[in-house]
Amino acid sequence: MNINYTLIGQSITFFFFIWFCLKFVWPPIMKALTERRNKIADGLAAAEKGQHEEELAKQRAADILKDAKNQAGEIIRQAEKRANEIVDQAKNDAKAEGERIIHAAQAEIDQNVTRAREELRGQVVSLAVAGASKVLKKNIDEKANEDLIKDLAAQL
Amino acid sequence: MASEQTSAQYITHHLTNWTFGDMPEHAVGQKLCGDGMPAVQEAGWQFAHCAGEAQAMGFHSIHLDTMFWSISLGLLFIWLFRKAASKATAETPSGLQNFVEWVCEFIDTSVRGSFTAKNDLVAPMALTIFIWVFLMNFMDLIPVDWLPVLAGKIGESFFGVDPHHVYFKVVPSTDPNATFGMSLAVFALMLFYSIKIKGVGGFAGELTLHPFSSKNVIVQYLIFVPVNFVLEFVSLLAKPLSLSLRLYGNMYAGEMIFILIALLYSAGWVMGIFGGFLQLGWAIFHILIITLQAFIFMTLAIVYMDMAYQTGDDH
Repeated sequence: MNINYTLIGQSITFFFFIWFCLKFVWPPIMKALTERRNKIADGLAAAEKGQHEEELAKQRAADILKDAKNQAGEIIRQAEKRANEIVDQAKNDAKAEGERIIHAAQAEIDQNVTRAREELRGQVVSLAVAGASKVLKKNIDEKANEDLIKDLAAQL
Repeated sequence: MASEQTSAQYITHHLTNWTFGDMPEHAVGQKLCGDGMPAVQEAGWQFAHCAGEAQAMGFHSIHLDTMFWSISLGLLFIWLFRKAASKATAETPSGLQNFVEWVCEFIDTSVRGSFTAKNDLVAPMALTIFIWVFLMNFMDLIPVDWLPVLAGKIGESFFGVDPHHVYFKVVPSTDPNATFGMSLAVFALMLFYSIKIKGVGGFAGELTLHPFSSKNVIVQYLIFVPVNFVLEFVSLLAKPLSLSLRLYGNMYAGEMIFILIALLYSAGWVMGIFGGFLQLGWAIFHILIITLQAFIFMTLAIVYMDMAYQTGDDH
């Protein structure tokens, strides 16, 4: 067991290695470890956030779906109502039109009847006049008789 | 083991470092390697041929094998970790980066657990200690004869040296120089930060003003201060000493057992097979020890650094 220069050499070597570690080994490794730790923590936080957001999105999607269903139901209901309205209106319109046509036809018939009666009346008058003139065949003042005939015609 | 060696020679050979040192003048001509061996030829810087010559060189020598292995393993460590660190990103890690990050995370947790103050130096220091000491200890698991015999062969064929004079101790942590070198470095850091945090006065106070204190100034300074100083100084010195001796002792003992098991291989095939099982068992157990010793060295270094930051109010 000789103590000699080896002792000093070892100490110097040791200090050199410590210095080397201090400068070139320890800081980059610790930096990488810290960075990775932060990164993992961030990743975990992001994952949790993502999960939370997914849940929210699901919730939102369900809400939207429900709204859409309600809206669709509403629209259908309104459409049905409108359809009924249209049908009713059409019915009413058709009824009114029908009645109008009937009235018009009735009026025309009445008019025709009246005209036919008037015509008939005229013809009866001239027939009566012709008949009367033939019957009398006398020289009677045609003018005084005509008034008499007209009176008679008005009484028909 | 080489068959012409005795067991004692084999063990000594394994426990001797490859030493390069300054042979003093007065050793020239002495037969430091034993009676049958040649005497020391000349003074000056040279390789030691045996433990005796290394002894004679004293402090002015260096263990080339310890330095070689510790520096190589240290370079391996910083190369690996630098490679991972330079590519470290916050992306998904793979392979080497995974391993390095795992180690760093573990060190970081240990440092946070034991070291309460803020000092960017402590964690890299702990990392260096843990991995470097672990790698140095790990050399213990390589069968004891492989590298020394390889070194002997290389010495013989390329440099023409007697392989018995090629010493190659591959486990740096069985060399007290290595363990003391590290523990003294930790101790120096500890003293530096003690004085930096508490000031010279605070540090001196920590050494002299407790455990005993008295309201009487004369009693305080004449009796208690010297007594306190002796107690505290011993406990201060015990820190680097115990730190290094714990590692050295454990690794040296482990290495010794591997050497003794290796001796069984030359005692016939029955003992050889028995030795094989023993070596396997001891190596498996030793995996625990080498890791544990690296961990203890690291943890104590962290704790000592933490003590340097304590302001002494809690004593």
